[in-house]
Amino acid sequence: MAESFNKKKIESFLERGKRFDGRNLLETRKIEVQENIVNKAEGSAKVKIGKTEVIGGVKLGLMEPYTDSPDAGTMMVGVELSPLSSPDFEPGPPNERAIEIARIVDRGIRESELINFKELCVKKGELVWCVFIDIYSLNDDGNLLDASALAAAFALKNAVFPKIKDDKVQYGELTTKKLPLKKDIPISLTFHKIGKEIILDPILDEEDSSDARLTIALTPSNIHALQKGGEEPFTLEEIDHILEIAEDKAKELKKELKL
Amino acid sequence: MPYTKRFDGRKFDETRKIEAEVGVIPNADGSAMFCFGDTKAIAAVYGPRTLYPQHLQDPTRGRLKCIYDMLSFSVTERKRPGPSRRSIEISMVTEKALNPALKLEKFPNSAVNLYIMVIQANAGTRTAGINAASLALAHAGLPMTDLVSSVSVGKIGGKICVDLTKDEEDYKEKDEKDTTDIPFAIMPRNGKVTLLQLDGKITSKELKEALQTAKKVCNQIYEVQKKVLQEALNK
Repeated sequence: MAESFNKKKIESFLERGKRFDGRNLLETRKIEVQENIVNKAEGSAKVKIGKTEVIGGVKLGLMEPYTDSPDAGTMMVGVELSPLSSPDFEPGPPNERAIEIARIVDRGIRESELINFKELCVKKGELVWCVFIDIYSLNDDGNLLDASALAAAFALKNAVFPKIKDDKVQYGELTTKKLPLKKDIPISLTFHKIGKEIILDPILDEEDSSDARLTIALTPSNIHALQKGGEEPFTLEEIDHILEIAEDKAKELKKELKL
Repeated sequence: MPYTKRFDGRKFDETRKIEAEVGVIPNADGSAMFCFGDTKAIAAVYGPRTLYPQHLQDPTRGRLKCIYDMLSFSVTERKRPGPSRRSIEISMVTEKALNPALKLEKFPNSAVNLYIMVIQANAGTRTAGINAASLALAHAGLPMTDLVSSVSVGKIGGKICVDLTKDEEDYKEKDEKDTTDIPFAIMPRNGKVTLLQLDGKITSKELKEALQTAKKVCNQIYEVQKKVLQEALNK
């Protein structure tokens, strides 16, 4: 565990509607996005939320389709919590936290049907595209989850197909054809409960003091993924409250980020 | 056809554009970025901190532990995340390239953890990684006898070149691979070589010439590294 501020102190701040960095409880930090930052990737983006920084990239590969969906492409999301990004991260294969983030990001994209998998079919029953989305943490100052979802969204948005020749990918040679994406890109918002208060976009000290967590991935019309985390429960009233805020916040962010 | 002109128009002893910066990862005790053209590496240092498991502790000196890795999308064909035989070897030789410059006897029973991540790869990733790592170790304020400067030299179609690109590494003459690649690192102050690898085909006369060229170019890189650190200090 990183050296964390006293939880009681954070709670007493939050009760007075204050946070250490001067934000309101439901205010997000400044978000910066840099697109197309790795020229070898089919799509890529670096997302900074305050001091939290992640890099996401898309690679495309050709594979045989799964037998239950011979005319649909596939997708894989991986998250690497790199030991480079925090004194608390250990080298090694993805741990449960990294896998949880990857699966939540995956569900937001999959369930909102962001990618039209049918259009990723090259030869029915023989050859389809697989979209590999990999996300690496570069600096952890809380809320890697929402940062990862954003990095995935932007990397997908600017991704293009590589060239194919004789059913093989011509790596390094890109077309200008974009991935078949829906207009409504899902936004992921993670709320934390600390004591009695609900906050958005925690810094690391707040995240370390979190009692419960609720991630929502939503588009303007629907909710596509939920994940409750943390040791403590939520009341139904709290969940209602969070859902209401989430809809407004998602709209706000979409507009701000032009996503 | 002999290799008379480089693909990107550089002189034979000219590196690609070098960019370097320290302090790129706020969480780390020391960090740096180093680019040779579009080959880009970042390095982060954590420590010294007590080394666990305890049986690895050495009461006479601290231990440098390096892990080199590449983003899965830093290369044209996706690299599976996680360590590979290649990355494990590079981690090891990087460790040995940097160790001689570090005064780790000042930190008994400790570990200095060094993580190198290749963001974008176009050959020369281990040398860019070592240059970034050397800067990151200095940025972390660790006692060092010198920086380590690194570059790859090689022979392409009979010509000695520095800082090879991927296209140059894959250069073929009459359909046969005609490239020798020599990753090299040196402590410029005392002129001692800390990294030396080679694959290819080269005569000892040519090798001597290549090493002299590498040394000369490393001195130029050294100046860039010193300048970057100086500027960070003056900030």
